[in-house]
Amino acid sequence: MAPPANAISTDSTRPRITSRAWRRYQEIGLGYILLAPALIILLVFEFFPVFYGLYISMCNWKLSCVAFIGADNFTRAFEDPDMWNSLIVTISYSLISVPLQLGLGLFLAYLLFQNIRGKDMLRVLFFLPYITSTVASAAVWSYLYSPDRGPINAILRALGFNGLKWLGESKGIFTLLAQNWDMTLPGWAAGPPLALISLIIYTTWVFVGYDIAIFLAGLGNIPVELYEAARIDGASGWKLFRHITIPLLSPTTFFLLILTVIGTFKAFNHIYVMTRGGPADATQTMGVFIFKQMYESQRYGYSAALSFVLFAIILLLTIFQNRVASGRVVYD
Amino acid sequence: MSTRTLTARPSRRINWGRVFIYTVLIIGAIISAIPFIYMIMTSLKSYGSVVVNNFWPWWPFGTEPLQFNNYPDAIKEAGVDRQWGVPLIYRYFLNSIIIALATLVGTLLTSILAAYALTHIKLPGGNLIFLLVLTTIMIPNDLTLVPKVVMMFNLGWYNTYAALIVPFLASVFGIFLLRQFFMQIPKDLFEAALLDGAGHLQYLWSVVMPLSKPAIITIALLNFIASWDSFKWPLLVTRDASMRVLAVGLQQFNASDGGTQTQWMMAFAGMVILPVIVFYFFTQKYFTEGIARTGIKG
Repeated sequence: MAPPANAISTDSTRPRITSRAWRRYQEIGLGYILLAPALIILLVFEFFPVFYGLYISMCNWKLSCVAFIGADNFTRAFEDPDMWNSLIVTISYSLISVPLQLGLGLFLAYLLFQNIRGKDMLRVLFFLPYITSTVASAAVWSYLYSPDRGPINAILRALGFNGLKWLGESKGIFTLLAQNWDMTLPGWAAGPPLALISLIIYTTWVFVGYDIAIFLAGLGNIPVELYEAARIDGASGWKLFRHITIPLLSPTTFFLLILTVIGTFKAFNHIYVMTRGGPADATQTMGVFIFKQMYESQRYGYSAALSFVLFAIILLLTIFQNRVASGRVVYD
Repeated sequence: MSTRTLTARPSRRINWGRVFIYTVLIIGAIISAIPFIYMIMTSLKSYGSVVVNNFWPWWPFGTEPLQFNNYPDAIKEAGVDRQWGVPLIYRYFLNSIIIALATLVGTLLTSILAAYALTHIKLPGGNLIFLLVLTTIMIPNDLTLVPKVVMMFNLGWYNTYAALIVPFLASVFGIFLLRQFFMQIPKDLFEAALLDGAGHLQYLWSVVMPLSKPAIITIALLNFIASWDSFKWPLLVTRDASMRVLAVGLQQFNASDGGTQTQWMMAFAGMVILPVIVFYFFTQKYFTEGIARTGIKG
């Protein structure tokens, strides 16, 4: 950057650079110094690893790049049945979790919005699962789901039903239902494994409180006058919800949708604690699969390649969601 | 025959709508809290009661005392830290606290300085730098996991506090939030300070920071919660029992004794969860404000 025009004086009795220019240089220097710590950390530990990771993914990696193998790890990924299994598990997990979480969150938020006494206390209680450590609460839920010691099966048995294996059950829920009525279903109609559903129940329990908090804020942003005007025109109940609440809530809903979908693809802690990806890989999401390749099999190159594949999928999903939503989200 | 008069009667009809709403909400709140209640209950049962799934072994239905000893017993069972000679569970807590404080101080420092520079100093290339920071936010943790682990090996930081602290000394989210806040501070304040002969740093310290307390508190809360639950990364970059953080130690216990000694497992889980719940009850206001701030302003 060129110094200010009057910085360098040509008068031999004056200093070469004016004090004003010098102060400006000092300010700029200060600015860079203030930025430096954050920038260096981010560049070294966030930016650079992306490229390093790409390099690792193209290597046969054993403590260093033993052999450069180009795209071999990627082709191997697409031919790996375990990879496809974990993709299916991840998609099922997401497909079921997201509507359940958001639907329940919106429903409860809407109820809480109706001038409830004790609203604050209720909100605090709903938020409890979200702020506690997922590793710890997942350990608690492992016990709740325990087939012989857990309260869930105890309650089922008290009501006359048989206990279920929950986190240890790799059979699909429809298969289980059919078995209850002495029927058998074809393989493709088995439905998601009960173990996966058990995880989804846990996830919903954790995140509904967060969704409620965000939805409540969104609901609070809708101008009351709109409701009043509509009421004067004779609308009530469901009509109000459908024509005012839902459109004006759409930015919030869209935000939560993206966040939740990405969240389900990143889910790890509770899955690792509750099932380790089992039984029989029934709950092995991409996140768990990638982790195991690194932690248990020491396949760093392959793991890196897989994480790029996962990233590409999430990116495509987000772009897709953006497209679909852009016509439907209402901003004012 | 008397005629009925059209007097207004007090409405004694039950508003079933409200009843439904309250019922649903109360059931939901109970479901949210019940796993914690059951955790506490189980942590006070004896091994025998846990195995036979005895719901209420104490007075008035049973004769068992409240097994508070499960807590010290769990601590003993987890073992002793060979490095510092304290019970391992204490070491896990200490590790988590050290890391939480170090990353919090680091993040606040780097984020405040960076956000201030971006908003109060006209820098050549300032926009480019901010764009860089913006793109970093889009880099998912999972993508950089493998290379970061390899880097820890390369730097010789594997199994040390450095691996658990240094990569987390800066936070894009922190820079974002603070930048948002700083931009809302009126420029007149800055000009007034300049007239009084104050420099940037003095202005930052005496004016900007006190005004940004809500943002700082939000960052502190979120940082603490994330630290307390930090699991995947520590699992990958540490090996010794002495270097385990709380979540890793908990899972280790779960995988070893916790499966059978459920009452000790629940005691351990209780030690991790209960302080946070108590802390939360006293600071809820900041939580809900902080979450809403990050949610809507995005």
